[in-house]
Amino acid sequence: MAATETPIRPAGAAPKQRLAVLRNGWRGLTSMRTALILLFLLAVAALPGALLPQRSLNASLVDKYFADYPAIAPVLDSIGFFDVFAAPWFAAIYLLLMISLVGCVLPRTVEHARALRAAPVVTPRNLARLPHHASATLDVGIDEAAAAVRERLSGWRSAEADEPGGTRTFSAEKGYLREAGNLVFHLSLIGLLIGFAAGKLFGYEGQVIVLSGGGQFCNTGILGYDTFRAGLRVDGTDLQPFCIQVDDFTGDYLPNGQAASFTTDIGYQSTEDLDAGRADQWTPYTLSVNNPLRIDGIRIYLQGHGYAPRFTVTYPDGQQRTGEIQWKPVDLTTFLSEGATKFERPGVTDEQQRRTSQLAVTGLFAPTTSGGPVVTSIFPELRDPEVAIDVMRGDLGLDDGRGQSIFEIDRSKVDSGELVRVARANLVPGQSVALDDGTTVRFDSVQQWVSLQVSYDPGQNYVLVFAIALLLGLGLSLSIRRRRFWARLTPLTGDDGTERTVVEIGGLARTDRAGYGEEFDRMGAELVPESASTEAKDG
Amino acid sequence: MPTDLAIFSDRLYMATVGVYVLAMILYGIAYSADRSAKAVLVGAAGAEQESPQEQAPTGGRSARFGRMGVALVILGALLHLGSIVARGIAAWRWPLGNMYEFISFICLMAVVGWLVALRRVPAARNLGLFVLTPVVILLFLGGTVLYVSTGPVVPPLQSYWMVIHVTTISASSGLLLVPGVASLLFLVRRRVDARPDRGPSLLDRLPSAEVLDRLAYRVTIVAFPIFTFGLIAGALWAEAAWGRFWGWDPKETVAFISWVIYAAYLHARATAGWRASGAAWVNVAGFASMIFNLFFVNMVIAGLHSYAGLG
Repeated sequence: MAATETPIRPAGAAPKQRLAVLRNGWRGLTSMRTALILLFLLAVAALPGALLPQRSLNASLVDKYFADYPAIAPVLDSIGFFDVFAAPWFAAIYLLLMISLVGCVLPRTVEHARALRAAPVVTPRNLARLPHHASATLDVGIDEAAAAVRERLSGWRSAEADEPGGTRTFSAEKGYLREAGNLVFHLSLIGLLIGFAAGKLFGYEGQVIVLSGGGQFCNTGILGYDTFRAGLRVDGTDLQPFCIQVDDFTGDYLPNGQAASFTTDIGYQSTEDLDAGRADQWTPYTLSVNNPLRIDGIRIYLQGHGYAPRFTVTYPDGQQRTGEIQWKPVDLTTFLSEGATKFERPGVTDEQQRRTSQLAVTGLFAPTTSGGPVVTSIFPELRDPEVAIDVMRGDLGLDDGRGQSIFEIDRSKVDSGELVRVARANLVPGQSVALDDGTTVRFDSVQQWVSLQVSYDPGQNYVLVFAIALLLGLGLSLSIRRRRFWARLTPLTGDDGTERTVVEIGGLARTDRAGYGEEFDRMGAELVPESASTEAKDG
Repeated sequence: MPTDLAIFSDRLYMATVGVYVLAMILYGIAYSADRSAKAVLVGAAGAEQESPQEQAPTGGRSARFGRMGVALVILGALLHLGSIVARGIAAWRWPLGNMYEFISFICLMAVVGWLVALRRVPAARNLGLFVLTPVVILLFLGGTVLYVSTGPVVPPLQSYWMVIHVTTISASSGLLLVPGVASLLFLVRRRVDARPDRGPSLLDRLPSAEVLDRLAYRVTIVAFPIFTFGLIAGALWAEAAWGRFWGWDPKETVAFISWVIYAAYLHARATAGWRASGAAWVNVAGFASMIFNLFFVNMVIAGLHSYAGLG
């Protein structure tokens, strides 16, 4: 860009000019004012992330938003308002902020390291011009007065100097930890963000539903999961192997149906167990809300639960098929659930015949039924289960190449008449319903299922360490005051030959209106007791 | 079923509101009876106007009512604490499990923060009326619209992290009310000071801009690290409960926004050209974001943090 402008400038000026542009740009970027503006932009940019549904949190809410506001949703989507925290403009703001921060903090670190080695600033000529100052003439010799000052300045970084005429000066500074804390805070912030980013790159999260009562899950690949969110550098081929077996799930409820506690007893086999070939030994563990299982850097969480009704279909030729698959809770207070348990008739090889004999048991499940003709649930615990089912027969559309939900049947097949209802019944465990061809569908029992989340984040321990350092740095930088103190002792000889000393002291708070007055007054009261110390305003 | 202790807690709550309202009235009398500012104006009639006095008036009717107001606020805070403790014992859990309880604790912390700040910066005494007003409004809303009777909390909240995270976040929110009010009045004060030719008004009795600014800064630098700690504790809890330490849940996002705004406030205080009104605006925006997070995000936006207890 600048190169095209060179012809109008004398040769040789352009590189300098460019350098100046760069230097000014860098200065501008690392200035406090820019940092302030970037902080504001960051706050404003995060706002749509709170106000609008986000895909990363709940994609179905985003879909609902699209349905509710068809006019503006695509516009908002095109500027990334439904994925704010992955949007390039959001990244641009925090990256600029990081650069600005580094550009500001690194030079300050060097400067602070230099200041730590340097002697305190020499005593100003006129201490009375400082914001805090006091003076008095004491009836002691200069050595005694100097000793008092020296003692008072223990804990301060101080230096003494002699001026002509026997005058002695002290200069002292305290509160270096303020700047140190400030730097630790900002450097930790950078470290924290790097840890956060590393977790996003190399970590993953997966959710899987496992049936209680012996259901198993092994972390062998992405396909084992119901949903899987991989970090940018994770391709799913190299997951840490381990296995989980879910033995039992217990939910306790209050009389009003509010949940009191959830626990699930599981067994696990770690990578080490698997490598050693101990495939039949399960280490027991009780998983509960707030209490994940942590093995080999992986965390396994109990995230949800529900019911899986078990149905057995007995065909006219005596063959039986049993199906048990999770149904989805539709009401989280009563756990009324819905789902579809699908069956293929065994021994049917003819494609045409297969597509007319598939069965689906679909409907509602109540863990504690109201007992009325219309099945509803009155309590979330499994006390008195009942299902209200439609048995559908025909082509479920399982092999038309499209994926379908495990919780429902393909409605288009119903509309086209390829799938028809052949029975409708309310069943309690043990009851069955007969179809027109002599097939019976029996509701056997109910199993519970749990939804587990497997998380891996290699960056989170670093994030924690940096967060603690950040907090300590913040505490230091906000609680410690950086202040300077000077004293000038001038010897006097009284008319009667006694030794006297004029003590002048002065103080300057180097930090932002944090209040140095009280401490200075205390020092003044000790060193120059008779004086009227002038307390300047605390700012 | 509310037990006797729960009912006792509710009565204490009502008594607290009553005492605070009384204190507000006394503060109001003290404020309107404060002649110190006016005296300066009268004394300066015709001459160049001085900026109104900075020190708290030490004698007179205003000071007497002011001291009575402070005593009542202390009494109110003790009743308030009693109400929260009684509720905790009645429910046999940490009493920060729903909106009513958050608000009660936030208001207690605002009042305690104000009392401590007043000790450090006595010249801010006339601010009391303006601190108590939002406190009383919040308590009224909490006790009526948002009230729920005692009961246990859902399993995810049964963790010691709740004690750490919710307490620190609520405490810092309450403390930040004081700087929010102080900065807002700072802006009013600056506007009043900028027009010395207009007649005397009640606003002359506000503490000076310098006192308001100092008070806002001092309380903020105490509350901000507590808030930061509360966020970190929340991340630790989320790691144990939700499977990840940070998930951009709406509540987290707005807390992040608040944190960034308060960070901007601290930077603004150190930036030339921003030190005065700029910083105060930022501080007001920070407190507005905290209030937004408390009400709007808890009650309107669905997220993982939906524990308002409003069903």
